[in-house]
Amino acid sequence: MMLDTLKTLLAVWGPTGQEGQVAQELQQMLADKADAMRVDVMGNLIVEKKGQPGGKTLMFSAHMDHIGLVVTDIEDTGYLRVTNVGGVSVDSMRCRHVAFGNGVQGVAVCQPTKGETAGMQHLFVDIGAQDRAEALTMVQLGDVCVFAPDCFPVGPHRFASPAMDDRCACALLAELLLQTDAPRNTVVGVFSVQEEVGLRGAATAAYQVAPDIGVAIDVTAWGDTPEVKLPAVKLGAGAAIKFMDRSMIATPCVRDALMAAAEKAGVPYQREILPFGGTDGGAIQHSRGGVPTGTLSIPCRYVHSACETIDMRDMESGLAILKEFVNGEY
Amino acid sequence: MELKTLCELNGASGNEGAVRKAILEAARPLCDHVRIDRMGNVIAYKKGRTGNRRLMFSAHMDEVGFIILDATDDGLLQFRSVGGIDPRVIVSKYVLVGEKQVKGVIGALAIHLQSAEDRKRVLGYDSLYIDIGAKTKDEALADCPPGSYVYFDSSYQPFGDGCVVSKALDDRVGCYNLLRLLENSYDADVTCAFVTQEEVGLRGAHGAAFDAGADAVIVLEGTTAGDMGDVEKVRRVCEPGKGVTVSFMDNASIANRELYRELLALAEEKGIAAQVKRASTGGNDAGAYQRTQQGVRTCVLSVPCRYIHGPSSVVKLSDVEAQYQLARAFAEQA
Repeated sequence: MMLDTLKTLLAVWGPTGQEGQVAQELQQMLADKADAMRVDVMGNLIVEKKGQPGGKTLMFSAHMDHIGLVVTDIEDTGYLRVTNVGGVSVDSMRCRHVAFGNGVQGVAVCQPTKGETAGMQHLFVDIGAQDRAEALTMVQLGDVCVFAPDCFPVGPHRFASPAMDDRCACALLAELLLQTDAPRNTVVGVFSVQEEVGLRGAATAAYQVAPDIGVAIDVTAWGDTPEVKLPAVKLGAGAAIKFMDRSMIATPCVRDALMAAAEKAGVPYQREILPFGGTDGGAIQHSRGGVPTGTLSIPCRYVHSACETIDMRDMESGLAILKEFVNGEY
Repeated sequence: MELKTLCELNGASGNEGAVRKAILEAARPLCDHVRIDRMGNVIAYKKGRTGNRRLMFSAHMDEVGFIILDATDDGLLQFRSVGGIDPRVIVSKYVLVGEKQVKGVIGALAIHLQSAEDRKRVLGYDSLYIDIGAKTKDEALADCPPGSYVYFDSSYQPFGDGCVVSKALDDRVGCYNLLRLLENSYDADVTCAFVTQEEVGLRGAHGAAFDAGADAVIVLEGTTAGDMGDVEKVRRVCEPGKGVTVSFMDNASIANRELYRELLALAEEKGIAAQVKRASTGGNDAGAYQRTQQGVRTCVLSVPCRYIHGPSSVVKLSDVEAQYQLARAFAEQA
């Protein structure tokens, strides 16, 4: 069921700023199990499951958006000039299959750089148009493409996909909402927008939800491939509980409660100290007068590429931790 | 109020008083209620006939400028920019320093005295100074103490085919059009916010956004035109004479997609010249509005501006008019 949910979400087109289709898919998925559900002005999907009297309000955030390329102009020859939406590296875009929201597909290409450092100005997208006029019948300026949806198994436990960051967390949060009945605390699941450009959706969602405790669910980097050592996080060794990254130092009581939940659930987990990056947790923690906040991470190799790879055992560990966490006494 | 008048007022980030005073006086007879908030923003409110929608339009009052840090023993003023100014555009420019508007010039070592190496590098703020003709530190600081603001001493001049050259076009064009918007009546409740401190990080808009309570916020700006020299056609961002720009995204915000499409369609329907801003560079107050409290739909309409953030930026008046027409058409929609 977790895997089915994940595969469904990975197939949906939804770059940063245009997450509507992902929100719709999740709404259908969760309609029968939610006590309340709405989409706010930024496009965040906010789903509530009521807790017991005396319980606290816990906000969980998983972002729906993923990185892409936006069309800035079109050459007379029909090639699209683009720039990044979120953290896109040129290396990850060399000769890659990309897809627009209206079904138009193309290949992202890096032109010869003549000794310059490769940058967004060297990228173009070939959509098979003969000239500018024909290209304009297929796409408009401002349209966004993403790595074409994909999902394939890698070994017995792992899957790779261009949208794993952060649809795997959306799947985890969706399963948490589907599998939790009458939790002690009120669970507000926020499927947020625009994380990849600066935690923008989570900021306005946290303001509305005004939670007692916040938890972001996101992927984290890996330290278990050749010449990559940090963070000290491995695939398959359990979900990671974050201590800090560039956006947040996890509030100690929330971090400890997540670890306690893992111990209680009897599942493996890892401690994550990430020297870079950030998650929705950073925005939630700074909301209003401040919100005690932590982050649960799914270790993910090759983040921000077409082959973001996770281990389903870490997803199961993460789900078990959160199912325990929502029934904690805070 | 004339665009010329607005541009020739001096008001760098944090020092918008003169601009605020002029705008306040001009806005008062045009709206139902006007106030100055704690960040120094002017918030002008005009009640609509039906109040079916609550719209907000915003432009920033501040311009880029300089601030005095200290003086050398031989009477030269040391300074830094307030907001982003490329030091390559400032050497040998006339400036006015401090409350007494002391005349000065931005100086650098004469070319004769520069080494071959010097000539290859860009002179930074550490190598530049403002010369007001003072001979000693005390004499220099007497009328230009540390913290004095410095402005380009340049006038507003019409030239060419409907163009003007001036300092501060970013964003007095927006202020000018906000005042014009207040001259009409609408079904919608309309708030025009003239905000402070955009150039140093969207600071005034945070305050204005906090109690905006609007259904949509449209930001009126000036933006970078790159239609010059050997810049490739696909790198020009926007071009003066081709109308107001509509932004799909920049570094500070991604436009609400429906609003973005609605504004482009409205321009087409009304025959208003408009162009998509063809880059995602820069950032403006929409970033602050969009994400304050529960969030609000935003989109940015800009006037293409050449040589922006300098003493002699250039806009085409037909684009200023197009910005006004599109904002007005949006406000007048049912």
